[in-house]
Amino acid sequence: MTIEAGTIDPADTGSPPAPVPAKVYRHRLVTRIWHWTNAVTIFVMLMSGLMIFNAHPRLYWGQYGANFDHPWLQIGAMGETGFLRIGSTTIETTGLLGRWTGPEGAMVNRAFPGWATIPSSYSLADARHWHLFFALVLGFGLLFYMVASLLNRHIQRDIALTRADVAPGHLWQDIKDHARLRFPKGLAALRYNPIQKMTYIAVIFVLIPLVILTGLTMSPGMNAAWGWLVDLFGGRQSARSLHFIAAAGIAAFIVVHLILVVLAGPINEVRSMITGWFRVPQEKGA
Amino acid sequence: MSMIVTRRALVGGLVAGAGSLVAGCDALTDSPTFQSVLTGGTHANQGLQRLISDRGALAKEFRPEQRSPIFRSNGNRMPTSPAYQALMANGFADWRLTVGGLVGRPLRLSLAQIRSMPTRHQITRHDCVEGWSAIGKWSGVPLKLLLDLAHLRDGARYLVFRCADESRGQTYYESIDLIDAFHPQTILAWALNDVALPVPNGAPLRLRVERMLGYKHAKYLMGIDAVASLDGIGGGKGGFWEDVASYEWYAGI
Repeated sequence: MTIEAGTIDPADTGSPPAPVPAKVYRHRLVTRIWHWTNAVTIFVMLMSGLMIFNAHPRLYWGQYGANFDHPWLQIGAMGETGFLRIGSTTIETTGLLGRWTGPEGAMVNRAFPGWATIPSSYSLADARHWHLFFALVLGFGLLFYMVASLLNRHIQRDIALTRADVAPGHLWQDIKDHARLRFPKGLAALRYNPIQKMTYIAVIFVLIPLVILTGLTMSPGMNAAWGWLVDLFGGRQSARSLHFIAAAGIAAFIVVHLILVVLAGPINEVRSMITGWFRVPQEKGA
Repeated sequence: MSMIVTRRALVGGLVAGAGSLVAGCDALTDSPTFQSVLTGGTHANQGLQRLISDRGALAKEFRPEQRSPIFRSNGNRMPTSPAYQALMANGFADWRLTVGGLVGRPLRLSLAQIRSMPTRHQITRHDCVEGWSAIGKWSGVPLKLLLDLAHLRDGARYLVFRCADESRGQTYYESIDLIDAFHPQTILAWALNDVALPVPNGAPLRLRVERMLGYKHAKYLMGIDAVASLDGIGGGKGGFWEDVASYEWYAGI
């Protein structure tokens, strides 16, 4: 049997217990379009962003920051050694960051290696073309998703935390389930669990808006148009640092997201994000 | 149905996937069709920025103590042509700025004449396309005053700034449209941080166009031409970096 998501209310399943459907329509079209648009867009943004970072691989706090000023983060090379320096801590990163082997076998002194950047060989101008085009897709895509998901009540119904979600007992149980990689079965698999909701809220309402706004803050034209942006983030160089930190947060989310998709059953998860239909993991003996 | 994904297969798949992704993106980067799609994004960005900004919206100005301790110079730091060297040796006494092209009254101005004109002082942030920023105080004549003297003729749409320095065998130049040309913070600066403009920063005169990235701020100015189109000037893209490396002509982002 199949059933529309959102039509099950656990309060109504007291007795007799409702049968757990085999398949449910889990992801609406808007969600799926936005997901796959972002799957491409975020990869392009991260990789072209790393190439842009390569043009000046230092991060500063405050209004200004250039070679004579003190960076809080720097990737570079000294002699034969590549390094990453954060604050006063220096880590040797030869082979990965700062100094690595290029496609022709020669050593290259550059922050991020070619396999992580768009394009793979140094071009700030091309990286900017990629980045500033897909920035529009990211920004207007988020706007489209947010408006549509408020109208179809995806945000209110599926993503917003309920009082039960944040009850300490429920939350602690969820943390234990995650730590044991125990995935929900049956009806529980039809709704997002509290940690999952908090993660989506953090990405959709904090990290992506932060990366967009700090990106706009780096634009001198936007600084004149919307002067409050640069004041909000405490300066263009602070915004650049926050942009990098938010991007790192999004990259970390993608890693965890992909691992969980693989562990939870990649075929079913990917299919549900393509067709919308999700096969409900059944309880043992159910 | 169950599917077993081994760690080796997963890592191998991810590496192969990343590799083909990078190769695919490089192929797209080299494709003229795809480049024109990406360039469409630049035009959209320019249109959106112009849509939401007031023509006269000002770049942020700073207090004296907010300046960078050292103002970094970039690009050419010492033009090598004999002509520039001779001008520099004489303290730029023989240097003249020409204003021509589509103007009713061509100008030829000495540094002393320019310095005697009304002066605007502004402490602004210089943003390089590479990502760094430096804050400094600039003093110079608003470009609008020169354009009012020279009387732009009908059909003039851009101003082209000709420079004394060369890179890669080509003379540096830049261009802006009239929205930025008449902007109150667009000045021809002859001083940085209250001293005569140093040679590494563009002596004797440079453009400041504060809502744009650094490569627009042409140094070592020799002449300004009002033109109807950027075609046929340099490589036709409106500036040195635009020509040699396809940087965006609209440098507001």
